[in-house]
Amino acid sequence: MSYLYSKKTLVILGFVILLIMPFVLAPFNLNLLGRFLAYAILALGIGVLWGYAGILSLGHGIFFGFGAYAMAMYLTLQSGGMPDFMGWNGITELPWFWAIFSNPIVAIVLAIAVPMLFAGILGFFTFRNRITGVYFTILTQALVIVVTTLIISQQQYTGGTNGITGFDTIFGYSLNSVTTQQMIYWTTVIFLGLVFLICYKLVNSRFGKVLIAIRDGENRTRFLGYNTSIYQVIVYSFSAGVAGLAGMLFVLQVGIITPSMMGIVPSIEMVLWVAIGGRGTLIGPVIGALLTNGASTWFSQTYPDAWLFFIGLVFVLVVVFMPKGIMGIISTIQARRRAKKYGKDRKEEAKLYNSSSI
Amino acid sequence: MEKIEKKKQSSTTVLQSEKLIVQFGGLKAINEFSFQLSDRELHFIIGPNGAGKTTFLDVLCGKTKPTSGNVLFKESIELGKLYEYQIVRKGVGRKFQAPSIFPSLSVMSNLEIAMKQQKGFWHILRAKLSEGDKEHIHEMLTLIGLKEESNRTAGTLAHGQKQWLEIAMVLMQDPELVLLDEPIAGMTEEEEEKTGELLRTIAKDRAVIVVEHDMDFVRKFADKVTVMHEGTWLCDGSMEEVQQNERVLEVYLGRR
Repeated sequence: MSYLYSKKTLVILGFVILLIMPFVLAPFNLNLLGRFLAYAILALGIGVLWGYAGILSLGHGIFFGFGAYAMAMYLTLQSGGMPDFMGWNGITELPWFWAIFSNPIVAIVLAIAVPMLFAGILGFFTFRNRITGVYFTILTQALVIVVTTLIISQQQYTGGTNGITGFDTIFGYSLNSVTTQQMIYWTTVIFLGLVFLICYKLVNSRFGKVLIAIRDGENRTRFLGYNTSIYQVIVYSFSAGVAGLAGMLFVLQVGIITPSMMGIVPSIEMVLWVAIGGRGTLIGPVIGALLTNGASTWFSQTYPDAWLFFIGLVFVLVVVFMPKGIMGIISTIQARRRAKKYGKDRKEEAKLYNSSSI
Repeated sequence: MEKIEKKKQSSTTVLQSEKLIVQFGGLKAINEFSFQLSDRELHFIIGPNGAGKTTFLDVLCGKTKPTSGNVLFKESIELGKLYEYQIVRKGVGRKFQAPSIFPSLSVMSNLEIAMKQQKGFWHILRAKLSEGDKEHIHEMLTLIGLKEESNRTAGTLAHGQKQWLEIAMVLMQDPELVLLDEPIAGMTEEEEEKTGELLRTIAKDRAVIVVEHDMDFVRKFADKVTVMHEGTWLCDGSMEEVQQNERVLEVYLGRR
């Protein structure tokens, strides 16, 4: 048990380190870290969905995107009235579905509620009809194409491929000032902590055990009297809501959202963060999101020509040689150490203790 | 009707199927199968491969829907019209052929999930393991002989232990009817013996249907045996009676 305890201490330590980062990092780097943390929030949602409930969604970009667009719409409206692209397309009056986003509370609530509702409805019709596994995954992928195509084609309302940008204030404060950015960074860290805590409670409750049960044997779970589709709908919807939240925090720090930031490639990358960090854990997705994005930024600055190939290679290597990701390697090392200490058979030890959930 | 009335006086009928038909494409997996089961009966269903035994269990637990005919549970519940999870909540538990437990959860958690409880989302989210629950789980672990293994990851159990764990998971729901599909497949002789005794204990409080191929095992533990052949009822009775039935010999040994 002392080993679980030490994991908890590490999580709290990591959280504290993130909290003091604004005093350590330069504004540019702090902004980068803030983005990655927004991604980490999203990765937590996918981590619960995929790692615990076994549902692989390759379409979380659209939920992330919706949250981001909602926030971007609010920011645009409050910093300068009607967005420029509407004028260029001859629209003189603000459409109602834009107007409602001028209220910050409505915008924030919708940024989370709409992805949840959308995922809930989609999940209801798919899971109830027992469309799961790879069929569900393909469906989510198709959804991304539909949504991004829709956004691009409705240029007069959405800004098309250019997306929404050009806003520079929030609640009257300049978005570019160091203090505002620090505040947004701290907000992101606090939300990361909150989402982590909620996910931790969730996966360690009986609900989490039922999710694992559905992942490992949906039929058996059904024949224990559980309406498994409802559970799948709920966890899918939850993870979509988390993605919406992440999208909001993301756009505050990046200042732009376009369809290409929520399309097929980003949607797949999001899943890869979780794969690299380690699925079936909560620390894994956070570490995966931070490391992958950090590495990708560093490589794209240092070797702009080769970085895509390199990242691709890393993905392949991880999938082939580290099926449980970074966290899997760490727990293997820990098991080895324990084995040395107690002189027990290493493999047996690793098997016996691999189900700790954090 | 009269026949049913008479039965009622001696013991309650738990399950009754009348002219049940299940058709897969052109194939009738079950053809006008009629079956009756009394409470607290350890009832074995035997028959050659493809006789429709497993399909019959599938119908009982809702995995397969009957093409025509229906199955009445406790005289009024039509099993053919319910979803799987609803059937479980009515009191029918099923153990599958291959051990299907949750390998990455502990033995204890496997049983915790299986417990008889409200299985809606809100209840499960807030549920805590009470002292009473723990006691109940420990009783069950004692029954299946896995008391020492309660914190072990279920995937690391031996094959026989997994089978028992799954039986225990079914029993945790306190069902009135238990369905077991080849529970002793792949077990050692010693484990078989233990399983047989376990089945007897289980049948003290509830009706049990077992599909089995191992005739020695059936002979040893069955109260009553039903023989199925090509989806139909062939005969029933005690193992001795069944063994002397001409048609059974014909089906099993190919005698004419």
